[in-house]
Amino acid sequence: MGREREATKVAYTVEQLVAFNRYNPDILPDLENYVNDQVSSQTYSLDANLCLLRLYQFEPEKMSSQIVARILVKALMAMPAPDFSLCLFLIPERVQMEEQFKTLIVLSHYLETGRFRQFWDEAAKSRHIVEAVPGFEQAIQGYAVHVLSLTYQKIPRTVLAEAINIEGLSLDKFLEHQVANSGWVIEKSQGRGQLIVLPRNEFNDPALKKNAADSVPLEHITRIFPILS
Amino acid sequence: MANQDYEERQQTQELGYDPNFVPDSVKSFVVHLYRHIREKNVYEIHQMYESSFQTLSERLFKDTPWPSVDAVAHYVDNDHVFCLLYREMWFRHLYARLTPTLRQRIDSWDNYCSLFQVVLHGVVNMQLPNQWLWDMVDEFVYQFQSFCQYRAKMKNKTEQEIALLRQFDQAWNVYGVLNFLQALVEKSTIIQILEQEKEGLEQFTATDGYDYNGGSNVLKVLGYFSMVGLLRVHCLLGDYHTGIKCLLPIDISQQGVYTSVIGSHITTIYHYGFANLMLRRYVEAIREFNKILLYIFKTKQYHQKSPQYEQILKKNEQMYALLAICLSLCPQTRLVDETVNSQLREKYGEKMARMQRYDDEAFAIYDELFSYACPKFITPSAPSFEEPLVNYNQDAYRLQLKLFLYEAKQQQLLSGVRTFLKVYSTISLAKLASYMEVDEPTLRTILMTYKHKTHAVDSDGKITSNADVDFYIDEDTIHVVESKPAKRYGDYFLRQIVKLEGVINEMDGIKLD
Repeated sequence: MGREREATKVAYTVEQLVAFNRYNPDILPDLENYVNDQVSSQTYSLDANLCLLRLYQFEPEKMSSQIVARILVKALMAMPAPDFSLCLFLIPERVQMEEQFKTLIVLSHYLETGRFRQFWDEAAKSRHIVEAVPGFEQAIQGYAVHVLSLTYQKIPRTVLAEAINIEGLSLDKFLEHQVANSGWVIEKSQGRGQLIVLPRNEFNDPALKKNAADSVPLEHITRIFPILS
Repeated sequence: MANQDYEERQQTQELGYDPNFVPDSVKSFVVHLYRHIREKNVYEIHQMYESSFQTLSERLFKDTPWPSVDAVAHYVDNDHVFCLLYREMWFRHLYARLTPTLRQRIDSWDNYCSLFQVVLHGVVNMQLPNQWLWDMVDEFVYQFQSFCQYRAKMKNKTEQEIALLRQFDQAWNVYGVLNFLQALVEKSTIIQILEQEKEGLEQFTATDGYDYNGGSNVLKVLGYFSMVGLLRVHCLLGDYHTGIKCLLPIDISQQGVYTSVIGSHITTIYHYGFANLMLRRYVEAIREFNKILLYIFKTKQYHQKSPQYEQILKKNEQMYALLAICLSLCPQTRLVDETVNSQLREKYGEKMARMQRYDDEAFAIYDELFSYACPKFITPSAPSFEEPLVNYNQDAYRLQLKLFLYEAKQQQLLSGVRTFLKVYSTISLAKLASYMEVDEPTLRTILMTYKHKTHAVDSDGKITSNADVDFYIDEDTIHVVESKPAKRYGDYFLRQIVKLEGVINEMDGIKLD
């Protein structure tokens, strides 16, 4: 999901296992270790994790709840991609009834429906689950900023603060960073505190919407290469 | 002739089934089929496979199996591969017309193992019709699914059945099934062949997968159809992401070998569309369903006599139901052809109107359509043989249904927003909030949900808007953006260039005396 760092030596072999030996029960321990690697090195591989969930599905007695929980937290961090649902599709219902999974499902529900206030409140109550995975907060903030950028051209400071759960001085610092690196602009609105101008993109600005009529994907053009040559 | 026919029927039906009795017409059938296979006469093989086999089944084996392979083997030189093929058809006929016993299920698995081993070891030098090769993969996956369903109904299993299940725990084992399909894909090097074909270094699609240089098409085409088989198995398991990935080497925006057999064409698009629906890529699902439904509408008359006709009609109906679901969650009617749309309105117009309301009744319809149209999900793991024995054949389906309805519920407020957005070009948050009878913070969450749910993420992380009505918020004002249908001139010209080139080539090919 773009967040992947350069593959370490171990990661490379696991990716290879997933590519060439994915229907083999013997790779299960490697995949479990790889989940822990992803947690500690802040990397992510959906393919490897789905492969592991599939092996659990084939042999439920080998399932480790702790590993599944980590996979699900990682999947939440991959929002807006639908990874969390993709994982749930493979996890038996009776397992989803476990308390920690119920919590994660509620967290996912809040993120899916844009209820960031409730999300952060609930996450605060379940620190033990989410804090086991480094980078969790930043990843969710990244998702919040993504949805806000789809939705807003200009956003009141308070609305932003609630969505990313940062306030006061820390928020000033965060904004300073975004102004310097991501093209954010801060405006004063009349009597209502700061207004943040988010960078324009094709989703919050119709003028930037790429005209589909003008763009033809390269692979369509390659069809006429033999004719042109 | 009539007399002989009568006698044959007498023997097979009234005297009960004798697996060793081979009627003359069956003898003639195997002898000819064997000869055509040895002579690589694909046309004749296809005729016998598609029509003679059906006619004989209809006439002599309506509710009994065909003669056993041992009884016909000496008519075909005891040819090992032919006998495997015969048994494959024998079981297929049995599954279609009778209820297989556990023993027969296990025997059929063994037969597939032997058949695929022979193919994988490259001993086969035959040329078989695509239809037959497709049917093999299709039936293999079907029997796997059927076995999982059968095994999951533990409650009324006899002791003997349980003993057999324990003893033959490798039969229809999910690893075995997946690894056979995967091995066929790899051993056939079909992915590389398709890659090379793009560069003009190899011919596969152009010859419909047949080999006109004396080689065999069996491994290659089985490998090709196995990719579709893998898509289907992964959908049955609820692994939509991996399913779509397995299909990636086949470019479904174009015709290909998968469209050369109607059953394969429909299976491919049905599962591809369903997977995209579950991944919330509604526009992609709508586009593909629309294309195939239009195709079926235009061509179904030619398949009326085909043994697959009923199956075609059933999948057709199911895909209309899936299209109704997609369009209810993502109203993009302009992607749908006029003909398909009028069929859809006729079948589901009233239900779709009710689905827009998102009340309890609406969810009941989502439930109904999903249950009717979804694949037959399976639980791949072996049962617990401990008492008390429980049925778990509905578990997989219930989970997928529950998660789908959960998604539909998350989207329940969106159609309300859409209705308002459609009639305004700008509206303040406060005003819209009061119209929708919610407070402003809640409205903001609804609007963000709208944005999130209408923007699909593909496997590379690329975002595409699926919204027919879009908007942006500038401070406290919502500005509405109606998307206009984009005219794709570029693609149109590209297609015409390719067509013209084809015409010129054809003209060049004509020799004038």
